[in-house]
Amino acid sequence: MRVGIAGVGWFGFQPEVVDYSFREMMFKAAQRAYEDAGGLDPRRDVDAFISCQEDFWEGISIADEFAPDPVGGAMKAVYTVTGDGLQCVGQAYMMIKSGLFDVVVVESHGKPSDVVTLNEVMFTATDPVSLRPLGLENVHALAALEARAYMARYGVEEEHLEAVVEKAHKAGVKNPRAVYASPGRSRASTPTVVDPLKEADIAKFVDAAVVVVLASDRVVRDFTDAPVWVDGVWWSTEISTLEYHDWAFPHHAREAADGAYMQAKVADPAKEVGFAEVDNRYSFKELQHIEALRLAPRGQAKELLADGAFCPGGRLPVNLSGGALAEGVPFEVHGLARLSYAVAVMKGDFKAEVDRRDVAVVHSWRGVPTTTSVVAVLRL
Amino acid sequence: MTSRNINFKHRVAVVSAGMTLFRSRMLETPQELAWLAAKQALDEAGLTLKDIDCVVIGSAPDAFDGVHMKGEYLAEGAGGIHKPTIRVFVGGATGVFVPIAAWWHVASGLCKKVLVVAEEKMSHAAKPHTQYVFRYIWDPIVEKPLNPNLIWIFAMEMHRYMYKCGVKKEDIALVSVKNKRNACGHPSAQLCMPNITVDDVLKSEVLVWPVQLLDISPTSDGAVALVLASEEEARRITDTPVWIKGVGWTLDTTHWTNRDLAYPEYVRRAAEMAYRMAGIDNPRKQIDVAEPYDPFDYKELHHMEGLGLARKCEAPVLTREGVTQRDGDLPINPSGGLLGVGNPIAAAGLMKVAEIFWQIRGEAGARQVKKPVYTGLAQAWGDLMQAGTVIVMGI
Repeated sequence: MRVGIAGVGWFGFQPEVVDYSFREMMFKAAQRAYEDAGGLDPRRDVDAFISCQEDFWEGISIADEFAPDPVGGAMKAVYTVTGDGLQCVGQAYMMIKSGLFDVVVVESHGKPSDVVTLNEVMFTATDPVSLRPLGLENVHALAALEARAYMARYGVEEEHLEAVVEKAHKAGVKNPRAVYASPGRSRASTPTVVDPLKEADIAKFVDAAVVVVLASDRVVRDFTDAPVWVDGVWWSTEISTLEYHDWAFPHHAREAADGAYMQAKVADPAKEVGFAEVDNRYSFKELQHIEALRLAPRGQAKELLADGAFCPGGRLPVNLSGGALAEGVPFEVHGLARLSYAVAVMKGDFKAEVDRRDVAVVHSWRGVPTTTSVVAVLRL
Repeated sequence: MTSRNINFKHRVAVVSAGMTLFRSRMLETPQELAWLAAKQALDEAGLTLKDIDCVVIGSAPDAFDGVHMKGEYLAEGAGGIHKPTIRVFVGGATGVFVPIAAWWHVASGLCKKVLVVAEEKMSHAAKPHTQYVFRYIWDPIVEKPLNPNLIWIFAMEMHRYMYKCGVKKEDIALVSVKNKRNACGHPSAQLCMPNITVDDVLKSEVLVWPVQLLDISPTSDGAVALVLASEEEARRITDTPVWIKGVGWTLDTTHWTNRDLAYPEYVRRAAEMAYRMAGIDNPRKQIDVAEPYDPFDYKELHHMEGLGLARKCEAPVLTREGVTQRDGDLPINPSGGLLGVGNPIAAAGLMKVAEIFWQIRGEAGARQVKKPVYTGLAQAWGDLMQAGTVIVMGI
């Protein structure tokens, strides 16, 4: 059984959504997704709903309580995954493939502008016995260590990070929701946050909600004439004890990608994939993730980037949206942001310089201090 | 209620279970608790982590363990490293929901052997009491400013049920007495009270009338694990797999103030979904043993009615007549339930699923019900009195 995307809706992607609560943002995104899915009625047409969110981001204990109403799911099969929105897509994919459901709605929302103590909340995700007592004043220090390890092992220089930042901001100009796209900005002139990461290397946060309607091949054409198929989706978690994980290479992304490619029967991703949307919440992560997703050999993403292979119009454009560096990071919506952009490009709704729109790979990582990646392969 | 059974290409079985002690203030970390339960389940199935394809974790509010992104943190203890690991969450109803989520991991054909782990450590999160975590479950604009206590709304629900069905406190106390006595047969139980009487419950401290201390389950730390497998793998692992016959869950609106507090409609709908899948059209006759969620004694009665194991307002009568005793016609919570075994939120729900597994296999020891068990049911409840999760298992 094949699983297709019947509709996508998004709302926000603003540094601060002032006039709407998180529930209203969910409602708006859901309304748009249902309209995109041919005016689907959630009360009648949807079998189950999934919300991807985390209690501490919400500031609510048992935050899943608030999931049903804004998406039209009250008194239906609703639950929450505490993970990236793309993991919710993975669950919906399994639920449909099991044969139990035909239509499953996936939702994720994030309102970072409501969180006063972001660094403290992020640091509360570290091990309470071994790492938290160190009291890091800036959680980006963990990413800086990874950046140094990656750069040292593969000979990546700051000029390569500059190239990533420059590409992201240039591409973001053509993305209507990339509020942070700033093509004239020079990375070198921004202050150092934690060496080697400068302010321009780190994606800012953004408020957003995305809703995706997934349906089995049996019913998907009731909602859309041109579904985008999810042909593979997989995820993996590397060790959560940071002291033991490989700081230079994201094995979680490699494992997730291999699982997704196997399902989608993609043997040589660098040749078969038309374009990719990958996590770049830190500039060096884009290079790491390109390599982990087998879109470039290990350690060679930097040269291929310099040759323009990953630029808009290049051989395999990566982050035509500009990615998180241009759009911002909306907490657990990040993966759905990447997916929704890819779907819009595949359907021609967002104009982008890309030769092949028929196969896309979408990747998401949950940020420090986590070690989980999700990868989905999309086909027209 | 229809009797149409839904047939799936991939049948899913529970092949083993493991469980830690349920206690307040366990010395192990949450990761260690998760691993203790997971190791037991793996050993019983004769498997190691290398054999496991996917891991599904369940844990209720992050604030209990005091860790943001608790799924990432628990992945290590739950054996989820370098594997597709996911944490699912429906508040207090999570424990029964974890094997439901694991069910579609296998039923989809994408995983063959799945480790299911539910863990909770309630005792060290909030000072001076666990209840403080529940101060942050409310609508942040409408309800939180009132600083409600969770027991208040359960008191309202209990009162409403008593009024609507004409139930006396003595009848409700019988549930607490039954379950705390049943727990004496459970090696992991936190509360074994072999001599407890209705009078003891009625004389216990009043918390919020009509809720008294012995109407409530204790706060606990603990973990439970299961191994689920596809039919082919299950046959290799054990001669006595227990099949998951039906799954169902429902979330009602967040606005609990708009709800009929005397009847859990969301449980009825969740049960209907599970029964349809399992081909059950007369649960009272077809379910041999049930473990409905009983964090409060009145909830066992409430849930029996929602599950169709009793007619509306009939559960207190069945309890009084001894039908729900371990040797009764419809044994309810032979494990001792949350009231006796303990209540580490998510782990408590999975304890119920494990109990049904042991009851169906005839491995429940002193807790084994007297009648033959072919089909059993576990159910959990949570969020703002809005979540119902149901699983039906059988041979």
